[in-house]
Amino acid sequence: MSKVEKFGEFGGQFVPETVMNAVHELEDAYDKYKDDPQFKAELTELYKDYAGRPSLLYYAEKMTKDLGGAKIYLKREDLNHTGSHKINNVLGQILLAKKMGKKRIIAETGAGQHGVATATVCALMGMECCVYMGCVDAERQSLNVYRMKLLGSDVVPVESGTGTLKDAINEALRDWATNVENTYYCIGSVMGPYPYPQMVRDFQKIIGEEIKAQLKEKEGKLPDCVVACVGGGSNAMGAFYDFIGDKSVRLVGAEAGGEGADTERTAATIARGTTGIFHGMKSIFLQDQYGQIAPVYSISAGLDYPGIGPEHAYLHETGRADYVAITDEEAVCAFEYLSKMEGIIPAVESAHAVAAAIKIAPTMGKDQIMVINISGRGDKDVYQVARYRGVEVQN
Amino acid sequence: MMNRIDKCFEDLKNQGKKALITFVTAGDPDLETTEKLVLEMFDKGADIIELGIPFSDPIAEGVTIQRASLRSLNNGTNLTKVFDTVKRIREKTDKPLLFMMYLNTIYVYGTERFFNECKEYGIDGVIIPDMPYEERDEVLEYSEKSGVVNINLVAPTSHGRIKEIASNSKGFLYCVSSTGVTGTRSSFTTNFDEFFGTIKQYATCPCAVGFGISNPEQAKKMSSYCDGVIVGSAVVKLIEKSGRDSVPEVGEFVKSLKDGISQ
Repeated sequence: MSKVEKFGEFGGQFVPETVMNAVHELEDAYDKYKDDPQFKAELTELYKDYAGRPSLLYYAEKMTKDLGGAKIYLKREDLNHTGSHKINNVLGQILLAKKMGKKRIIAETGAGQHGVATATVCALMGMECCVYMGCVDAERQSLNVYRMKLLGSDVVPVESGTGTLKDAINEALRDWATNVENTYYCIGSVMGPYPYPQMVRDFQKIIGEEIKAQLKEKEGKLPDCVVACVGGGSNAMGAFYDFIGDKSVRLVGAEAGGEGADTERTAATIARGTTGIFHGMKSIFLQDQYGQIAPVYSISAGLDYPGIGPEHAYLHETGRADYVAITDEEAVCAFEYLSKMEGIIPAVESAHAVAAAIKIAPTMGKDQIMVINISGRGDKDVYQVARYRGVEVQN
Repeated sequence: MMNRIDKCFEDLKNQGKKALITFVTAGDPDLETTEKLVLEMFDKGADIIELGIPFSDPIAEGVTIQRASLRSLNNGTNLTKVFDTVKRIREKTDKPLLFMMYLNTIYVYGTERFFNECKEYGIDGVIIPDMPYEERDEVLEYSEKSGVVNINLVAPTSHGRIKEIASNSKGFLYCVSSTGVTGTRSSFTTNFDEFFGTIKQYATCPCAVGFGISNPEQAKKMSSYCDGVIVGSAVVKLIEKSGRDSVPEVGEFVKSLKDGISQ
C-alpha cells in the first residue's frame, strides 16, 4: 500500500478506481527515479542544453528607482525554451514517462503554455501527444493551438462546462480513465492526486534554487520577498519551495482577481474559496454552498482555474505565504508597465505578480531585495491586451 | 434491522434471480418526474435504484450523464431538494435506494450531516466514483455509524488491489466492466472470466457489474458473471429524448432488461 504524503489536511488521491493503479505505478516510478543519479543527470542536461537553464536573474534597475523601495530582481523564466516555466515540469515528467515505457502523453492546458511545452517535449522524445483545451481558451489563444499542431500534437477543444481549464482537466481525466494502460497524464501544475503536486513542485523547484544561488553571488544574501503568480501554482511553488525554511523571506502569491475578488467574475481562490475535494485533491476551491464548482473568470487563461494546489492551501493556512488578488485592470497596467519600464513583455499571468510587486516594493526598504518570478513571456497575450484596451490588431 | 440492500440480494438469491439496478439523474428533467420514474422502474422490475446527484464536473461520466447533470443543475436541483424527493418516494416503496455522487457534494454538505440525513430519509447506500478505497476514511466513520453503506468499486485495472477492496466490501461490490467513463458500449474487451474469477475469490458481498450495459442481451450476458447488472446511461438517454413523457418508455425498457436477466 502506498504512503500518501499530505500537506496538513490538504492533498490526497481522489480519483476514480480505474486510474488508481496508474497513480500507484507513477508513485513507484517517481520514487525510483527522483534520486537516481542517471535520471538526474539526463534531466539536468535537458534543462541546460534544451531549455536554456539556468534562467537569468536580472536586476531591474529602472523599475527599482521608479518604485523607490526594495531592490527588484526579475527571474526570467520567460527566456526558457517555449517561453515559460512549464518546460521544467514537462521535461521531468516526460522523461519519467519514457522510463515507464509509456508511448502516449495527454495534457490539459489553459493559456496554452503547458500544452505547447508538452507538445514540444513529445516532439523531442518521439511520443504521441494529445492536449485538451477548453473551447473558450482555444479561441482566445488560437496561436498556441496552431503552435501545438505544428509540433505534431492533437489538440482537442473541450466544449463541456465553462470551456476553460477545469473542463480541459475533466476531459483529460476521462481520457486517462479510458486509455490508462498506455497513456501518461502530464499534469501541468502542482495539483491533482498524489504524487503530482509533490512531483511537479520538485521539477519546478530549480527556479527557487537558482534564485538563491544567483542572488548569493550578486548580493551575498537571501531575498526579503519572492513574488509569483498563482493559478494552480506551479511557478510559485517552484520559486517558493527552496525558501520555505528561510523564515525571513516573505512569500507572496498573486492570484487572479478578474473584475474584482468581491465580484462573481473572479478566479481568486484563496480570497473567496472554501475547502473541498476535486480534481484528485483536497484543497481550496471556488464553489457554491452545495459544492458545485463555480465558473471562474480572469483575463488570464492560465490563472482561470477554480482551485489551487494543495501545498499552497497549506502555506496559506499556516500563514507561511501571503496571497493577494490582482484584478484584470491591475494586471494589464503591470503588463504595460514592465514592457515600457524594462523592455520585457511578461505573460499576462506573470503580470499579476508584477502588479503585486508594484504594490509591495514601495513599502519595503531600499536595503531590501524583492524577486519577481516572470513565469512566461507575453507575446501570446499581445492580442488579448490590445483588445482589452479597445485597440484593433490582426490576430 | 437488516439493511435493505442485503435483504434484496438475499431474497433474489433465494429465488435464484439476479438483481437489476437502474440509474437516473435526480432532477432530470425535474424532480417530480424523477419520483415517477423511480416508482415506475421499481414497478417494472428494478430491484435497486441509484439516484445520481448532479455535479458541475462529473469526471467519471460520459456525455449522456454529463448532459443529464447539466439539465438537472439548470433546473435548480440541489441535495436538499433531492432529500425531499426521497422522502416522498419512501412513502411509497421500501426497495433499496442509493445515491451516486461525487465526494465534494458530501464534504461540502457536511459528511456527518449527510449520512444522518441519508439514514433519516431512507437512502441505503452511496456510490462515490471519485473516492477510491484508500480514501474511504473520508466517510467511513459516519457511514458505519448511520448504517448507510459505502459501496466500493473495482475495475479491470484494479489488478492486485481487488483482494483488499473485495474482502472489505458491504452491500454489493460495484464491478466496473471496462476502462473509461459511463456510457453505452457496443462491445467489451475485458476478460470477464478472469476479472470475476479474482473478484469472487475474495468478495464478502454480492457483486454487480456496471458501465456500458445498454440492452437486454448485454444485461443477460453480464448477469451470468455476477449477482446483478447496473444500467444507467441507456435509461438516461430515453429521458433525454422524451423528458417528462419518458416514464412509460423507461418502464418498458426496464421490463425488457428484467426479462433479459430472468431468462
